[in-house]
Amino acid sequence: MGKLIVSLSPHAHGTDSVERNMYGVIIALVPALLVSFFYFGLGSVVVLSTSVAACVLLEWAITRYVLKEKRNTIMDGSAILTGLLLGFNLPSNLPIWIIVIGAVFAIGFAKMPFGGLGNNLFNPALVGRAALLVAFPAQMTTWPKAGQIGSYLDAETGATPLSVMKEAIKSGDASVLDQLPSSLDLFLGNHPDGVGAMGEICALALLLGFAFMLWRKIITWHIPVSVIGTVFVFAGLLHLADPSYADPFSVILTGGLMLGAIFMATDYVTSPMTPKGQIIYGVAIGFLTVVIRNWGAYPEGMSFAILIMNAFTPLINNYVKPKRFGEVAK
Amino acid sequence: MKIKTFRIGGIHPEENKLTHEVATKVAPLPKQAIFPLSQHIGAPASPVVQKGDKVKVGTKIADAGAFVSAPIYSSVSGTVFKIDTAVDATGYRKPAIIINVEGDEWEESIDRSDKLETLKAHPELTPEEIISRVKEAGVTGMGGAGFPTFIKLTPPPTAKAECVIINAVECEPYITADYRLMMEHADEVIVGLELLMKAAKVTRGYIGIETNKPAAIDLLTKKCAEAFASSDYTVEVVPLKQRYPQGGEKQLVDAVINRQVPAPPAIPVNVGAIVQNVGTAYAVYEAVMKSKPLFERYTTVTGKRLQNPGNFLVRMGTPMKDLIDVCGGMPEGDNKLLAGGPMMGKALTSTEVPVCKGTNSVTIISDDEARRKEPQPCIRCAKCVGACPMGLEPYLLAKLSEVKNWERAEHEDITSCIECGSCQFTCPAHRPLLDNIRQGKTTVMGIIRNRNVKK
Amino acid sequence: MNFILIAVIVLGAIGLVAALVLFLCSKKFAVYEDPRIAQVNELLPGANCGGCGFAGCGGMADALVKGADAGSIDGLNCPVGGSDVMGKVADLLGMAIANGEPKVAVVRCNGTCENRPRIAEYAGLRSCAAMNACGAGETACGFGCLGCGDCVEACQFDAIRIDSETGIAVVDEERCVACGACVKACPRQIIELRKKGPKGRRVYVSCVSKDKGAVAMKACKVSCIGCSKCERECPFGAITVGNNCSYIDPEKCRLCRKCVAVCPTHAIVAVNFPAPKPVERKEEEA
Repeated sequence: MGKLIVSLSPHAHGTDSVERNMYGVIIALVPALLVSFFYFGLGSVVVLSTSVAACVLLEWAITRYVLKEKRNTIMDGSAILTGLLLGFNLPSNLPIWIIVIGAVFAIGFAKMPFGGLGNNLFNPALVGRAALLVAFPAQMTTWPKAGQIGSYLDAETGATPLSVMKEAIKSGDASVLDQLPSSLDLFLGNHPDGVGAMGEICALALLLGFAFMLWRKIITWHIPVSVIGTVFVFAGLLHLADPSYADPFSVILTGGLMLGAIFMATDYVTSPMTPKGQIIYGVAIGFLTVVIRNWGAYPEGMSFAILIMNAFTPLINNYVKPKRFGEVAK
Repeated sequence: MKIKTFRIGGIHPEENKLTHEVATKVAPLPKQAIFPLSQHIGAPASPVVQKGDKVKVGTKIADAGAFVSAPIYSSVSGTVFKIDTAVDATGYRKPAIIINVEGDEWEESIDRSDKLETLKAHPELTPEEIISRVKEAGVTGMGGAGFPTFIKLTPPPTAKAECVIINAVECEPYITADYRLMMEHADEVIVGLELLMKAAKVTRGYIGIETNKPAAIDLLTKKCAEAFASSDYTVEVVPLKQRYPQGGEKQLVDAVINRQVPAPPAIPVNVGAIVQNVGTAYAVYEAVMKSKPLFERYTTVTGKRLQNPGNFLVRMGTPMKDLIDVCGGMPEGDNKLLAGGPMMGKALTSTEVPVCKGTNSVTIISDDEARRKEPQPCIRCAKCVGACPMGLEPYLLAKLSEVKNWERAEHEDITSCIECGSCQFTCPAHRPLLDNIRQGKTTVMGIIRNRNVKK
Repeated sequence: MNFILIAVIVLGAIGLVAALVLFLCSKKFAVYEDPRIAQVNELLPGANCGGCGFAGCGGMADALVKGADAGSIDGLNCPVGGSDVMGKVADLLGMAIANGEPKVAVVRCNGTCENRPRIAEYAGLRSCAAMNACGAGETACGFGCLGCGDCVEACQFDAIRIDSETGIAVVDEERCVACGACVKACPRQIIELRKKGPKGRRVYVSCVSKDKGAVAMKACKVSCIGCSKCERECPFGAITVGNNCSYIDPEKCRLCRKCVAVCPTHAIVAVNFPAPKPVERKEEEA
């Protein structure tokens, strides 16, 4: 007869695992991935694959040679995910060496020194993007136009919808906004001259990913809905007050808002642990995004808004507690 | 109509009710019966027999050791072999009475007929008389906890009982003992409920059943309508959404009467509810109406690799090995032997452990399911927070217990934890959350006890 | 040039004013601390291990000075510094101290993998406290060392480890300072602080099993069966047997080792004695 095994209860476990969640998010990104290949062709393939490879390799090397840990964590899917999300934030004509530096910041500075998955304070992909933006402002703010399938470094660049909006605010002239594609086009990603980062093009693809993640119970609705809702309301109020501010539909469909709200702000490690806390977090991000977009130096505010709120997550976790059973006994 | 359920948290483990439709069989008598003196919450019972004494089925062999305690009755007839130590469900050797079984002679006082005795036919039964018979018969909670029933029926002066809720939920996977009891002895269970209501001096009763037992819901609804048609008592059968831990008494009270019991030391009677397991209700019927003390119970013996899993009417004191052999023997390879279900059961190191008052199931988990996966670092996904039915933050409580920060753990309400295991079941990183929280909870409760003693 | 002069004068003036403010504050808000506390603290080892019962050496220094003022520092002992440090402290404070014997932590269990067979496999959190709550553990003895290392974690001096071959805790005599942390950490109270003894020699019963003899033997080859042979043999009345388990009082034990010879299960252990001389064997052969 075999042995008897003992442990304390529970003696059963659900089917969930870290891998299931990480790879689930990666699957949710597939529609956006396909859209970016379609619009940016070779450039997007190079940038995304470089970003993923660099992140995975760095994590492997650091875990094996610096931390000297026996078990390597690259198979849990989080490094691949960071690579993808970092890549989606970059222009498709970014040289390889800059992408690798971005990966160094993301994995080597923002993730591994804190203790690896679960211990980082800031979203690694966003730290990578922010570092690149500051270090290589020229390369990071020239965006290739869509439709140039075969080109990579030699792609033709143009103005993004966000920069158009910024111009409108600066000049106070609402007619500048007529240059923007219609909301439906923005939603479907139908930009004939569409420009922007690879993950920002098609809101529909991102929303499909959102639906998938909700169905698989990977994330809950709280953060994306509160971010997008807050941006919509705040931008709407501004637009009503002064038409040189873009209409709220355009605002939520342009730039990194959808990508950030659905995939970056919902990062497990850097977001709050309670539904109430998550809503507070989401509202603050939405508010900050609109503020930075409209009155900050950069046309895009999502990344910085999320990074700022990442710093507040521990505070939110400390003070916002879930409703305890029996707290209000009837 | 929306099906009732509890408000916070909860999970959906696989049902695995393998023995749902297996009719109850009477388990064979053991050759030697082992009666640990501590089968209930409270002080251990003290023996009233010695080596060599002859006993019958239903003879009292141990008296209650204190107020919070219960007497123990022999479930077999034979000779007392010795009063020694034996390994019980705690995993440790504890004092026990061991009896060599000879024949099957019952005490004459026990009414062994099948006749249904109703409360209507016995108007002379006062609440005090009912409670006294329940106490004398050694009836304790049959859902696993083992709290002496007579104490639950006499609430403290600060609390007033408004209703009795029968816990027929059986939310743990695998276990079907309560379901079979309801299907086979519904009438007796209903009389038991009536007795409980009379003893607690209330007129409202509820029977909570999960929706995965539709036959039981229908049967009991029909029988309750008949039994209480022209009665002072109102009894409602409440179907409950299938969710773990619906069977936890706090969750049951929340779902059935929409009231949440506050944090410990509050108990359900503080919001007016007295909760009793359906097996306890049956035991109350037998004790009061048939003068039959508690010495046998319905137990499920189950497991995916067991050849013939089934439900049994078991005499207490039967070693689990006997039951497992009837079901085809222990499966090959490494197994986990559990007293109870997979969520809250106790893993045992020996098959000689006897069936006791709270053993509602013997579950055998095999192969991969018997082992835990290697834990990974916490990924802060907050799924444990969503699963916790008490609104706690398991990741935080586990971490605080690990670093021994007892002050903060107490502040974060670690004593409210009901140890249901939903958090550990959900955790994608396979972290041993409940192992840590349990340690913290035990330590913090000790600190609070010392603090109160000093005052 | 003028600007530089003005800058220097202004900054210098700010510096002077700030210094004055700080000086006044340090005088007005000064907290008086008995200078002896700092002196005593200097003498203490500074390990902040808690072996004295206080949170850190600072707390101990405070208590020592208070004790000196109250008339006695009995009951206060730094196990890390030992009589050496306590002597210096006593001299500084002008007090006398009773001489304490050096102690060492003793793990009273010899249930190695060889002596005590494993009957189950534990697959949970690797902590002695958790395994203890789960049941008897992986063996049939509910009193023996669980080998998960709660004591190792508690020790701040690296003086105890779990031996990978035997599976039980082993104390490093050289490093142990008898602070008592492992004693508190062990959920089964297996570890005891006993006198180190002359030349580190000591005799103790390496078993705390309260199971009856037959049961204990089945679980572990070298368990104490409570036969009381040792109690009868001891010429100094140092041994008491209660609850099926023998105990040697370290204050009364004279290290004669008569009990070691009569113990039928070899549960009594003698540490740091020279090996028995081979002369005896030759005599037998002859």
